[in-house]
Amino acid sequence: MTKRQLLMKRYIFPVALAFALVVGSVSVQAAEGGLPHAGTNVQDQASLQRGAKLFFNYCVGCHSLKYMRYERIASDLGLSEQDVMQNLNFTGAKFGETVVSHMPEADAAKWFGKAPPDLSLEVRAKGADWVNAYLNSFYLDPSRPVGWNNTVFPNASMPFPLWELQGLQTAVMTEAKPGEDAKVEKLVLSQPGKMTPAQFQQASRDLTTFLEYASEPAALQRHHYGVWVLLFLAFFTFLAAMLKKEYWKDVH
Amino acid sequence: MANVFTNIGDWVNERAPGMMPMYRAHMTEYYAPKNFNLWYYFGSLALLVLVNQIVTGIFLTMNYNPSAAGAFASVEYIMRDVEWGWLIRYMHSTGASLFFVVVFLHMFRGIMYGSYKKPRELVWLLGMLIFLVLMAEAFMGYVLPWGNMSFWGAKVIISLFGTIPYIGNSLVEWIMGDFLPADATLNRFFALHVIALPIVLLLLVVLHIAALHEVGSNNPDGVEIKKGPKGNRWDALKPADGIPFHPYYTVKDLVGVGFFLLIAAFIIFFAPTFGGWFLEHDNFIPANNLATPSHIKPVWYFTPFYAIVRMIPSFLGSAVWGVLAMFGAIAVLFALPWFDRGKVKSIRYRGTGFKVALGLFVLSFIALGAVGAGITAEVIPAWFGDVDVTFWENLFGRVMTAIYFGFFAFLWAYTYFGWEKTKPIPERVTTHD
Repeated sequence: MTKRQLLMKRYIFPVALAFALVVGSVSVQAAEGGLPHAGTNVQDQASLQRGAKLFFNYCVGCHSLKYMRYERIASDLGLSEQDVMQNLNFTGAKFGETVVSHMPEADAAKWFGKAPPDLSLEVRAKGADWVNAYLNSFYLDPSRPVGWNNTVFPNASMPFPLWELQGLQTAVMTEAKPGEDAKVEKLVLSQPGKMTPAQFQQASRDLTTFLEYASEPAALQRHHYGVWVLLFLAFFTFLAAMLKKEYWKDVH
Repeated sequence: MANVFTNIGDWVNERAPGMMPMYRAHMTEYYAPKNFNLWYYFGSLALLVLVNQIVTGIFLTMNYNPSAAGAFASVEYIMRDVEWGWLIRYMHSTGASLFFVVVFLHMFRGIMYGSYKKPRELVWLLGMLIFLVLMAEAFMGYVLPWGNMSFWGAKVIISLFGTIPYIGNSLVEWIMGDFLPADATLNRFFALHVIALPIVLLLLVVLHIAALHEVGSNNPDGVEIKKGPKGNRWDALKPADGIPFHPYYTVKDLVGVGFFLLIAAFIIFFAPTFGGWFLEHDNFIPANNLATPSHIKPVWYFTPFYAIVRMIPSFLGSAVWGVLAMFGAIAVLFALPWFDRGKVKSIRYRGTGFKVALGLFVLSFIALGAVGAGITAEVIPAWFGDVDVTFWENLFGRVMTAIYFGFFAFLWAYTYFGWEKTKPIPERVTTHD
C-alpha cells in the first residue's frame, strides 16, 4: 500500500463515513412523517414578517407565545419598536414583555372543550410539516361542536380562523363499508376565500415559518455563526494535522 | 519572561517535589505503543466530552430552576434570554449523545483488540463502572428539562424497579419521593446529576487512567510492548516500540479533537435536535401526567437495553425477568475478561469464529436499538404490510437478544474448549502511520 492509499484508508474514508452518517441520518429523519413538506425557511425575513402579521391578526386572540418577547420579535424580524407596538401588539403588553393572549383559560376551556395551547414550542413539538398541513386541512363538519374538523388532527376542537382567506373546504367521503366508518377521501374548496389556493399556501407557509422561528429564535444565530465555526475548526484541524505530521517525522 | 516562569517552576518544585516526576510518569515518559490507529482517539475524546459536560453544565446550573413548576420554563429562558444560553444548552445536550457515541466506540475498540484481557482486567472493570455511572448520570440529566418525555421516561424507567418482588413498590416510591415523578424527584435528580454522580465519574476516570498507566496501553496488534525489546531514543530501558505520550499522542489526539469538533459543531449549529434523536419532539411539551406521549421510548443510547426489557416475557407471575435481563446485559460486559479465555488479544490474529461473533454482536446491539426506538414497529408494517406486528417484532427482538447474550456464551465455549484457530502473533508491533 502506498502512503497515499494508507492515508485514504486510515483517515479520509472513516471521516467521510462519519460525516455521511451524520448528514444522512438528519435528512432521513426530515423526510419522514408522510406529510407534505412545509418548505419553510426561517432565514427568509419577509416571510417571517408576513407570518407574524398573520399570527397577530388571526391567532393571538386565543393562543399565546408565552416565551416570546415583542422586543425580540422586533430585533429578529428587522422591525422597529413602533412597527411592533402599533401593528402587531394588540394585547397592550409592554415592549419587553412576552406575547400572552387575553383569552381567559377557564372560559376558553368551556367554549372549546380545551384551552387553546400556547404555541411557543408548537413547531418543535409537532414539526413544521405538521403545522403547515394542519393549517391547510380544515373542513366544514356540522357534526362537530364548533362546526369544523381537520384531517391532520381529527376532531380538533379549534374553529378555523383563516377561513375567510382560504375559503370553505368540505370533505368528500368514501363510501362507508360494513363495520367501518366512512373516511375523508379528499377536501374540496366549496367556496373560495379572499386568497387563491396558491396565495393561501404561501400564507400558511409564512405563518408556519413564524411559528418555527418562535419555537427557536436561536435558529437565526445558529445559522449565522455555524458556518464560521466550521470554517475555523477546519482550519484548526488542518493546523493540528500539520503539527502532528511534523512531530511524527521521526517515528519509524 | 522565560526567567520568571523558570523561577516559578523552581519555587513550586522545591515545595512539591513529587509533581514533576508524576507529570513525567503520565505524560512525557509514559511510553505508548507507536501503532495506535483511528480507534484510539475515542478515549481522549471521551475525556474531552466529559470536560465539556462539566463546564457547560456549570453554566446551565446558573440559570436552571430545579422545580416541577419552573424547570421547563427555565430551560426556555436559557434558550431565549440567557446570552449564548442556546449554545451552552446545545453543547450540553449534543455532548450527552456524543458521549455515548464515543464511549460505545471506545468499548468496541476494547473488545476488538482484547484490551480487557490480562493484565488489563482492572482497566476494563473501572471502565465498565464509568459506563454504568454515565448511564445513571445521563438518565437523570434527561429528566431535568421536565418535558413530557422526561416525565414519562422517568416514570417508565423507575417503574422497572417496581417489578422486584416484595420491595418493588416501596422502592419505586422511595426513589421518586412521591407516587409519581414530581418536585421531590426532580430535586434529588438535580442534586445527583450535578454533584454526586459527576464526582464519582471523575474519580473513576482518574482510576481508569491510573490503572491503564500501571500496565501500559494495548494496541491494534495486541502485542505487549513491555515484553518486547527494550531501548528507544529516550530511554534505554523502556520499550523499543513505545513513544512518549506527550508530545506524540497529544498532538495526534489534537487532530482527532479537530475532526470530532467539526462533527459536533455541525450538529450543534445545524441539527441540534438531530431529527428528534438528541432532543425529542415530545420533550418540547411540558411534563403532563394526564397526557401520555403516543410512543414512550428512552433516548437512543438506552434503546438497546430498553428493548431487552420489552422482549423478555413475564412468567411465574412476575415481570422482573426483563429487568434482570437488562441488568444482565451490562453484567455480562463486566465479566467479559472471564468469558473470553483466549490468549490472543487482537482481532487481527484471532479465529474466524471470533470475527463473525463480534460482527453479529454489534449487529444485534444496533438491531435491539432499533426495536427499543420503535423503528421496527414502523418498518415491519411498512415493508411487509398487513402482518402481526407485535409477533414479528417480538420474534426479531428475541432473536437479537439471544444473539447478544449468545456472543458471551459462544466466546466462552470457543476459547475454553480450544476451538479457536489463531494466527501467530508478531514479535513487534507491525504498522504505524
